Amino acid sequence: MAVLQARDLTLQYDQRRVVENLTAEIPEGRVTMIVGANACGKSTLLRGLSRLLKPAGGAVTLDGKDIHSRPARELARTLGLLPQHPTAPDGITVRDLVGRGRYPHQGFFRSWSEKDDAAVQRALEATETLELVGRNVDELSGGQRQRVWIAMALAQETDVLLLDEPTTYLDLAHQVEVLDLVTDLNRQRGTTVAIVLHDLNLAARYADHVIALKAGQIVAEGASSSVITEELVRNVFGLESRVVPDPVSGTPLIIPLGRHHADPKVQTTTLSTTTLEMAS
Amino acid sequence: MTPNPATSATTPMRERADRALKTGETGHYLPVRVSNRQLNWLNRSLLNRTAVLAAGVVLLLAASILLGSYTVTIPDFFKILAAHFTGGEKIPGASFIVMEAKLPRAVIGSLVGLAFGLSGALFQTMLRNPLASPDVIGISYGASAAAVLAIVVFGASGATVSGAALGGAMAVAALILGISRSGSLGLGGGSRGNAAGNRLVLAGVGIAAALHAMVSFLMTRADIRTAAEALIWINGSLNSASWDRACVLALTLMVLVPAAALLAGPLRILELGDDAAAGLGIRVAATRLGLVLTAVALAAGATAAAGPVAFVAFLAGPIARRFTGKASLPASALVGALIVLAADYFAANVAPLLLDGTVLPVGVVTGALGVPFLLWLLVTSNRKDA
Repeated sequence: MAVLQARDLTLQYDQRRVVENLTAEIPEGRVTMIVGANACGKSTLLRGLSRLLKPAGGAVTLDGKDIHSRPARELARTLGLLPQHPTAPDGITVRDLVGRGRYPHQGFFRSWSEKDDAAVQRALEATETLELVGRNVDELSGGQRQRVWIAMALAQETDVLLLDEPTTYLDLAHQVEVLDLVTDLNRQRGTTVAIVLHDLNLAARYADHVIALKAGQIVAEGASSSVITEELVRNVFGLESRVVPDPVSGTPLIIPLGRHHADPKVQTTTLSTTTLEMAS
Repeated sequence: MTPNPATSATTPMRERADRALKTGETGHYLPVRVSNRQLNWLNRSLLNRTAVLAAGVVLLLAASILLGSYTVTIPDFFKILAAHFTGGEKIPGASFIVMEAKLPRAVIGSLVGLAFGLSGALFQTMLRNPLASPDVIGISYGASAAAVLAIVVFGASGATVSGAALGGAMAVAALILGISRSGSLGLGGGSRGNAAGNRLVLAGVGIAAALHAMVSFLMTRADIRTAAEALIWINGSLNSASWDRACVLALTLMVLVPAAALLAGPLRILELGDDAAAGLGIRVAATRLGLVLTAVALAAGATAAAGPVAFVAFLAGPIARRFTGKASLPASALVGALIVLAADYFAANVAPLLLDGTVLPVGVVTGALGVPFLLWLLVTSNRKDA
């Protein structure tokens, strides 16, 4: 197992500082959701955690060792990343694409082993994409394509998996499907997962641990029931809302107020920590 | 923990997979394995087709040596070859024609084709753009402009000219990459690789036009004899093929082809986008630099040997892909060799019959082939975007 930590991490593009002096830990064996408004630095943080961006200050460590001091391929056997917009080469088949997830495990002469076969098989089974193996990736629907990309990341068989907005462009059913799949992975294999997610309600439901970011700083972190409150939504998103217990999971559910449609006849109850505890 | 109704756990995985296989055309039931068996089938067809291409290259090589305006029989050819190496009795006339004209010409033709084909496929795959081949984006012109400059202005010859060609190609590559990376994109602009690729092509086309103009200007300044020497650097021609040039090119390829083979694996991963590739343990910047250097050196080496034979690098990759059904570096290199050999055979043997004995430079033929293909590519790629 592996522990991913950021210590006094500062990340910047050219001169624009996005994340400053951030210290955080991605808890081992759990699902962490990184939430925040647009341009708050959550994707940048994920890029920093996954070696895509070299820190301007501080360090990211995996099991106490700086990720930039380790050989790239060795690191990729422990730490996997699914970026927001991966590109599938023209005419590539699902089997070929998922197989490329095995790259960090192959030797200098890239011989394909039984172990690679088995890993691809497991990844396809877990994502239920076995039926698609012979198809071209460009022929697939958005939901199928996203499952195939996740299968590729799974075939990498890393202890830590980082996902950047894995549900973008998916309809609600497919969003739930993807997050259920990630939860399965976490529960069955103990994979440490960190996800940048836009949808607060889904993040609240699926997170074991929430990190809320604002302007490159951590505003709150912890279990979703203690982190996601009306004050936090106001502070981080600048949105007035009611937070009520999710009728299915008991996790916080954010109901935005908005300027229209509020009906005085409808009772909205403010959620306190006590009601949440009662619900769960 | 309540079971989540949203998962499709209602159908067990095995059953689903089994059903998928039963309905498939194979008729297998068990075991459900995504194995190398299917991968092998694909690879085998790729390998077969690559072998067909290789056979085609050998056939064309033989045809261009044995046939044409001066025909040599196969036994004679081996006699000549044996005599050349053992110092035995030579066949008057035939020995000279084969050893000093036909053979070096055919060897250079195939090596130049290999180099251009490989260089084009590397660029096109790396930049995910079929237009991004070294001849379209001006890298071959960079080599020829530097060579013409060296010949006409500094009176250089031989290896100095080849060195200048390499330097020119590298300078143009650096310039184009610099232009395409500047501005809002920033270095390694992540997922916006495609936009950077388009900028690179546009910058390259512009620079190619500027270099073309520069070469034309230099030619008007040169006296007739140096101009004739510099002419090969404009069209691309095998007419001045010699063993010296063949050896230099062969040595260059002995370094660059293994380099390309080493980079082929990481290139496959780089195709998934910079971020995904980094996640899979590729050192993106270093790999990309290695690929650019290799591809530029290949194009420059080939240009130094035969001039900028137009559109070979541009055509080889897409044709190989159509033929083998998959992007493949070896197939692209072989297609490049096929194009040059076939075009040169046409230019040297067929064109004189049609044009009252004029032997065309090979670059004129490949250029004429390339234009309709370029148009076709533009039309079909636009349709795909729409």
